[in-house]
Amino acid sequence: MQRVAVIALNTFRENLRDKILYNLLFFVLLLMGGSVLLADLTIMEHRRIVTDMGLATMNLAGVVIAVFVGIGLVGKEIERRTVYTILARPISRTQFVLGKYLGLVLTLLVNVTFMLAVFLVTLWAYKTPLHAALFQAVGLIFVELLLVTALALFFSTFSTATLSAIMTLGFYVIGHLTTDLKGLAENSQHAAVQTVVTGLYYVWPNLEVLNVKGQAATNALVDMSYVATASMYGLLYAALLLTAACAVFRDRDF
Amino acid sequence: MNAIVIDRLTKVYRSAWFGRPPMPALDGLSLSVQQGEIYGFLGPNGSGKTTTLKILMGLMRATSGNAEILGKPLDDVQIRHRIGFLPEAPYFYEYLTAEEFLAFYGNLAGLERSGLARKITQMLDLVGLAEARTRPLRKFSKGMLQRIGLAQALIHDPELVVLDEPMSGLDPVGRMQVRDLILSLRDQGKTVFFSTHIIPDVEMICDRVAIVVKGKLLAEGRVDELVNPGHAQSVEVVCEGIKAGEVATIRAAASRVLQRGDHSLVVLPGPDQVEPVLSAIRAEGGRLVSVTPQKGSLEDLFMKRSGAPIDGPGRQRDVGGSAE
Ligand SMILES: Nc1ncnc2c1ncn2[C@@H]1O[C@H](COP(=O)(O)OP(=O)(O)OP(=O)(O)O)[C@@H](O)[C@H]1O
Ligand SMILES: [Mg+2]
Repeated sequence: MQRVAVIALNTFRENLRDKILYNLLFFVLLLMGGSVLLADLTIMEHRRIVTDMGLATMNLAGVVIAVFVGIGLVGKEIERRTVYTILARPISRTQFVLGKYLGLVLTLLVNVTFMLAVFLVTLWAYKTPLHAALFQAVGLIFVELLLVTALALFFSTFSTATLSAIMTLGFYVIGHLTTDLKGLAENSQHAAVQTVVTGLYYVWPNLEVLNVKGQAATNALVDMSYVATASMYGLLYAALLLTAACAVFRDRDF
Repeated sequence: MNAIVIDRLTKVYRSAWFGRPPMPALDGLSLSVQQGEIYGFLGPNGSGKTTTLKILMGLMRATSGNAEILGKPLDDVQIRHRIGFLPEAPYFYEYLTAEEFLAFYGNLAGLERSGLARKITQMLDLVGLAEARTRPLRKFSKGMLQRIGLAQALIHDPELVVLDEPMSGLDPVGRMQVRDLILSLRDQGKTVFFSTHIIPDVEMICDRVAIVVKGKLLAEGRVDELVNPGHAQSVEVVCEGIKAGEVATIRAAASRVLQRGDHSLVVLPGPDQVEPVLSAIRAEGGRLVSVTPQKGSLEDLFMKRSGAPIDGPGRQRDVGGSAE
């Protein structure tokens, strides 16, 4: 366990020293500031726009970090051969993969917390009262980030950085459209297509389940049992992907 | 007791194209490294040295065959507490400073926090990077990376040190320092197993060597046994001012005498003939220029057995022969 922590903390430090992160955060600040301006210009409800934009920005920035740092977590270590000296230490390959994952999770946690703080300040500046639904949405965004990071890590254990990025983004986008998959299956004439597409619907990570941003924007509190179930779903899926990533990584030659 | 036992190790890399029969990178390689010795693993480029070391360190799996390290199978992760490894042309986290880098490896090895700072200082001194302590590895030169890599391999005081081309990228002073370092590791009772394709590195410091070509073991043994099996080393004596070939004592002792201008090159079959020949030169009024023991070089052995050329200044020893 101590070794997992050593890897995780070093990964966190690596992320903190990466300038890309700061550029991204700057971009987040711009967008959140922009949302305030936008809210001023429209006749729509200010609160709603600021919440919508803020949550969307947090989500997007988080996904960008999860995908683009996630694919490099293990991939870059293999490519640059830094794994050689690490795996020659008394650390199992599973511990290494878990350490890398947890390091990025820590980075994401710090980032999301920072973005949330900025977001809350924006809301406060706008004198909008806080609503618990907001925190539900942020919590589920974080679960989604855990899942997307696991996806990126999984792909990067057996394919190139570019391919991993494409596959992770593909899974992410389709993961938000799985309800359409179901509709597609129901409308299809062919039994085979129906079976395959329905199968895909159940297997594919359903990320829309983790999206309650709309409710947060309208101050509609989501049922806690829903939040719990959705979180469990996301965490289990992430755990499954991590297990698969470890299995692939364990059998690799370097 | 053996520190490393390699038993009929074979590695066939999966080829990207189906149908093309892959050449084995290792082909039934067997060798053993005894505890407390410096063991040189010598072979030309692409002969399978790195492949062997990677298998030993658990970085890849052999296609067939067995190996043991410190009496344990290779997949025993705990055994690596007692092993230090420097990979070939190492590349490290470049965002870390030298100090942070060593702390990271010390932590991975489970070193006590209290002793770590002292250990880091000691390691930086050992590899001559004390002034670079707070510099990020991004700003390190190739030779500096090689040095910090050595420090990383030694920080947890391992009893077996495995080094893949530890002298590559180093200047002559650096090479000498690494040679001294390896010797001092043996003096501390550690076992050193290192690969190289530079013959003099091996000749100077190794207790035993293995020569590997195309994944097969060509020879294993002590350097002097391999190089001069069964007979004494020949010695070349160069002198000037006399015609050595016309001196009876010298002609009798020499296996070959060459004359070029004022210089004579006398090849003696063994060290026993040196004294009488030197006396004869002096008695004839000649001046001694040089006395060079002609170790048959590992390179000769190499060329003879494999036909594969290998780097190294060994060939320059034949220069005297061109006097003909
Ligand atoms: N990842 C790989 N995939 C396929 N073939 C490989 C791989 N790594 C090495 N080889 C092949 O295996 C053989 C042995 O390579 P290896 O790197 O072990 O040689 P080496 O003795 O370390 O050479 P050098 O002195 O150049 O470092 C070579 O023919 C090489 O082409
Ligand atoms: Mg090599």
